[in-house]
Amino acid sequence: MVLFWKYVAILFKSQMQYRTSFWLLTLGQFLVPFSAFAGLYFMFERFGQIRGWAFDEVALCFAVIHMAFAVSECFARGFDSFSTLVAGGDFDRLLVRPRGTIVQVLGSKFEFSRIGRLVQSTLVLAWAVSRLSAEWSVLKALVLVLMIVSGVFIFSGIFMLAATMCFWTIQGLEIANIFTDGGREMAQYPLNIYKKWVTRFFTFVIPFGCVNYIPLLYILDKGNGNGLMSLLSPLAGIAFIIPCLLVWRLGVRHYRSTGS
Amino acid sequence: MRAYLSVFKLRLNLGMQYRTAAVAGCATQFFWGFLIIMVFEAFYSHASGTPPISLKQLISYVWLQQAFLAFIMLWFRDNELFQLITSGNIAYELCRPSGLYGLWFAKLLAQRLSSAILRSLPILAVALFLPEPYRMPLPHDWLAFLLFGAALLIGLLMIVSLSMLMYISVFVTLSPSGSLLMFGVLGEFLAGMIIPVPLMPDWLQQIVYVLPFRWTADFPFRVYSGHIPLQEAVAGIGIQLLWLMGLLWLGKSAMTKVLRKVVVQGG
Repeated sequence: MVLFWKYVAILFKSQMQYRTSFWLLTLGQFLVPFSAFAGLYFMFERFGQIRGWAFDEVALCFAVIHMAFAVSECFARGFDSFSTLVAGGDFDRLLVRPRGTIVQVLGSKFEFSRIGRLVQSTLVLAWAVSRLSAEWSVLKALVLVLMIVSGVFIFSGIFMLAATMCFWTIQGLEIANIFTDGGREMAQYPLNIYKKWVTRFFTFVIPFGCVNYIPLLYILDKGNGNGLMSLLSPLAGIAFIIPCLLVWRLGVRHYRSTGS
Repeated sequence: MRAYLSVFKLRLNLGMQYRTAAVAGCATQFFWGFLIIMVFEAFYSHASGTPPISLKQLISYVWLQQAFLAFIMLWFRDNELFQLITSGNIAYELCRPSGLYGLWFAKLLAQRLSSAILRSLPILAVALFLPEPYRMPLPHDWLAFLLFGAALLIGLLMIVSLSMLMYISVFVTLSPSGSLLMFGVLGEFLAGMIIPVPLMPDWLQQIVYVLPFRWTADFPFRVYSGHIPLQEAVAGIGIQLLWLMGLLWLGKSAMTKVLRKVVVQGG
């Protein structure tokens, strides 16, 4: 863990060397989800609601997912650009070091400009929370925090799975974007607006539903979900990381160097 | 002119090599298409009053958008030209006995075309036979289809000349990432890529109609579905041509201006 923070500190310093570019990128990262949010706002201005969800409620969902995505993109970026590590044969170096591969791959890259995205989603979150009429309690706040944490774990798990595929394909696959970018776009609306099969897939295979739908019902006092169930469901999202770690192990064992 | 043509052909062939990437791209685009349509469907299912564009027209809008993504994205990932500028290798390009503007224009055009040819046809072919409600409707009538083709092509030329302006700006700023990201995000929003232009509030539509961005994507797609009637479409193509000439002129004069002042970075 100490090693991890050391990696963070070093990479932060190195990115701060290009300060103007860093700030511009951060600003750009702020604007990307902002335009998506503006789109959301205009849609609600036109239609009023989506399958019974009001704008504030969807905004909350939007903020949670984008926050989770920003954090995991910032820290798990190493997995996202993992294909260059494999293709270049640089992964060999990581293997001979007396530390776990996961920490090292995580430490190979951090994208601090994602802070822009994080700031944007935090603002949306604050705004949505202040607008919501639901009554807040300690338990609900806890559930909200758990939702974000669980989202981070899910996105990181997907990044990790995509990276594991590189052991077999050497090249990065664009298809993985369906689950990262696509998952983000999809999960910014409450899951029950989609068709049944989509909802099922994203609840039981990739547990986005555990992050954005079940706990959301509880926070907004919708439906008859009880507190315990909604408290547990983000934990199920966190558990998603376990199979990902196992697959990663399998991949590392399968790894053959590309030479060079 | 022949030099430009051969650059165009070379690039086109190069782009056609990446077939696996295209298949992966198609799958991604399909997923996006389904997703967006499902969201719109959910919005439409409880709409109060009639929305300004019907769901059918919207669905063809979405599929066309996915199929011709390479035609309408402002920022088509091409770091080669940026590296030319920032690394100083631009000096070689300047030695060539043909205009830089035309050369790059041909390059960018071919890149977009090859990517679109590989992706658009399979996506459209499948989208036309999907089960309802996802099926893409046929064009409104044949004349509309012809006009759509013309508008799409002029739109393509427009977007290339717009992106040329972005490349030229790198001569001045030398750092592509930040400013381009902003330009791209804003431009794509104004072209109706995030939400279709007819669904925007009126005050925003006023702004969008003044700017060139919507002519590249929003306009041809709405001609296809018949949301824009024929006469208006013909007039629109005229406006497109005016924009195109203006943008070309602007790009060319800006290019000569920055090239006069260009400082080659290192060797």
